[in-house]
Amino acid sequence: MWDYSEKLKEHFFHPRNVGEIANPSGVGEVGSLACGDALTLYIKVNDKGVIEEARFKTFGCGSAIASASALTEIIKGKTVEEAEKLTNQDIADYLGGIPPEKMHCSVMGREALESALANFRGVKAPVQEGTIVCKCFGVTDVEIRRVVRENHLTSVEEVTNYTKAGGGCGQCKPAIEKLIAGVIAEEADARKAAPQKRLTNIQKMKLVEEALEREIRPALLMDGGGIELVDVEGNRVTVALRGTCAHCPGSDATLGNYVEKKLRELVDPDIVLVEAPK
Amino acid sequence: MSVVYLDNNATSAVAPEVLEAMLPFLTGRYGNPSSMHSFGGDVARDIRRAREQVAALLGADPDEVIFTSCGTESDSTAIHSALECNPSKRHIVTSRVEHPAVRSVCKWLASKGFGLTELSVNPQGMLDMAEMEQAIRPDTAVVSVMYANNETGVIFPVARIAELCRERGVLFHTDAVQAVGKLPIDMKRNAFDMLSLSGHKLHAPKGVGALIVRKGTKFTPFLQGGHQERGRRAGTENVASIVGLGLACELAQRWIEDEKTRVPRLRDRLEKELMARIPDCRLNGHPTERLPNTTNISFEFVEGEAILLLLNEAGVCASSGSACTSGSLEPSHVLRAMGVPFTFAHGSIRLSLSRYNSDADVDCVIEKLPGIIQRLRAISPFSRDRMPSPAMLSPEHSH
Ligand SMILES: Cc1ncc(COP(=O)(O)O)c(C=O)c1O
Repeated sequence: MWDYSEKLKEHFFHPRNVGEIANPSGVGEVGSLACGDALTLYIKVNDKGVIEEARFKTFGCGSAIASASALTEIIKGKTVEEAEKLTNQDIADYLGGIPPEKMHCSVMGREALESALANFRGVKAPVQEGTIVCKCFGVTDVEIRRVVRENHLTSVEEVTNYTKAGGGCGQCKPAIEKLIAGVIAEEADARKAAPQKRLTNIQKMKLVEEALEREIRPALLMDGGGIELVDVEGNRVTVALRGTCAHCPGSDATLGNYVEKKLRELVDPDIVLVEAPK
Repeated sequence: MSVVYLDNNATSAVAPEVLEAMLPFLTGRYGNPSSMHSFGGDVARDIRRAREQVAALLGADPDEVIFTSCGTESDSTAIHSALECNPSKRHIVTSRVEHPAVRSVCKWLASKGFGLTELSVNPQGMLDMAEMEQAIRPDTAVVSVMYANNETGVIFPVARIAELCRERGVLFHTDAVQAVGKLPIDMKRNAFDMLSLSGHKLHAPKGVGALIVRKGTKFTPFLQGGHQERGRRAGTENVASIVGLGLACELAQRWIEDEKTRVPRLRDRLEKELMARIPDCRLNGHPTERLPNTTNISFEFVEGEAILLLLNEAGVCASSGSACTSGSLEPSHVLRAMGVPFTFAHGSIRLSLSRYNSDADVDCVIEKLPGIIQRLRAISPFSRDRMPSPAMLSPEHSH
């Protein structure tokens, strides 16, 4: 049985904003019966560009229904421009998390919103572009690249969790692998191009803090550890280990092999990591 | 909260008598049956008794019973042994609707170079005997076909398949995990070479099973080591569970009348009432060639996991063949093999009864389920009047 959060269950048992809107400003239809989930989102936008009303109909499992309910609650009262910035992670966060294997439900929510907003504007939804990579679930390369970028995915399994791509016959797995590698290479290139402008100390500190927050802390936290940024001076980054890491006999290895490597990859290849005196 | 348990094909309650019979072996009588002192050695007598009880239920000889750790081990052992004993034959015949305990093993063997023929089933889940006859080749080492399907309850013509295999000189194994205790089975009147069963489907505990290997059938052990089970399955015996399985088999024989009369009456009433009260549903599997305790119904336009969550909230335990519950992203391989349309496959619910179910249990589901389906259909974008466009029926539209 899935480990659903209380909030998710509450939204499944008591979904908000179920139904249709008679004269909607935009409608988004995604998913299919064949794939086991489908979502139709209706929005009503007023003359100030604010989403006044949002309603939905969902065919799908518990987390699909809860994600749609959450989506309508999040976008109500937002301007179209604000709503455009919504990510699938926002939906997951609103529900207090979604099991990894079910993240595709949050992606379906984001896609339905995009499609409804595109319909409102009278343009084609962006995800319909590209070529189909996964024939079983009809997922395009554009879509796969996007979730990889937005959610920092690194494995085919994660891509399957987020988009279902690769979850059928599995023939497209090598193609997905290539797409992931492509995105990672692009990001590395972008980083290489960026530091040539020389980061200021403040910029670098921000990047280091971001890298710690996004990648490194969650990994250390799994073992009950933590890390804090003490100082950044040129390429010298000083950190202090916290929690179990502070006393862990393997902490040198953690710093050298993991944290330093990650920072070099994400911020600057010349970073030297130092531990603050205890 | 007391639950209405209608998921007996997943696992069943340990019979109170079984638990009682097991307890001494988990407390005072903890000896090892292989020991040379009577404290341990006496336990061997209890295992012998259990072996006789299992044999009696199946019309087998006690020597033909090998205790294992589960149905999965029995299945693996049977298939590997058949191949090991016939090194010149490298082809396997099975069905497309086997339990993963058989299916995954066969697929793995196919990836290692063995030939594999997976027989298809018709929309009612039945095998085609003509296809079966054609599938057996001179190099076929083993045919493995389940006695009854765990999802739909459909019963396969294993007696005829076994005859055919005997004529052609091919070993026949049947995964009877779902049939033992629910249907009368007689090894003497059938030509099964090997038969698998699992304790937890017939009111014994989880983690014990048996493989019946007919006398004269060539056999190679799967687990090697000590001389337990006369060298056919090494490992110190799970004494308490084996004793439990023995008694569960004896009880099954006593309850078989109930299983033939009262249980199917309950099942039929449940099925008839649900299908009368809920529009747009269909029965999956043959209506009569079926286990007496199982019904599998699909409700169009709604998804199985959502149904289960709401049933759970109402205190009812059931299963689904939907993608979201199968642990994969596609609906059950059994329903797909039967060609159940996608509009139905995702909304399938399996209800499986046992001797411990009552009329009140059935009434509860008849009362609760129609409202649950209605509630989910009110949320669903699809309905009889709003069928998805043909494009929505294909995955290409998905994203
Ligand atoms: C048909 C069938 N075969 C094999 C098994 C596996 O049995 P066990 O759980 O004892 O390994 C099951 C149980 O899920 C089953 O239904």
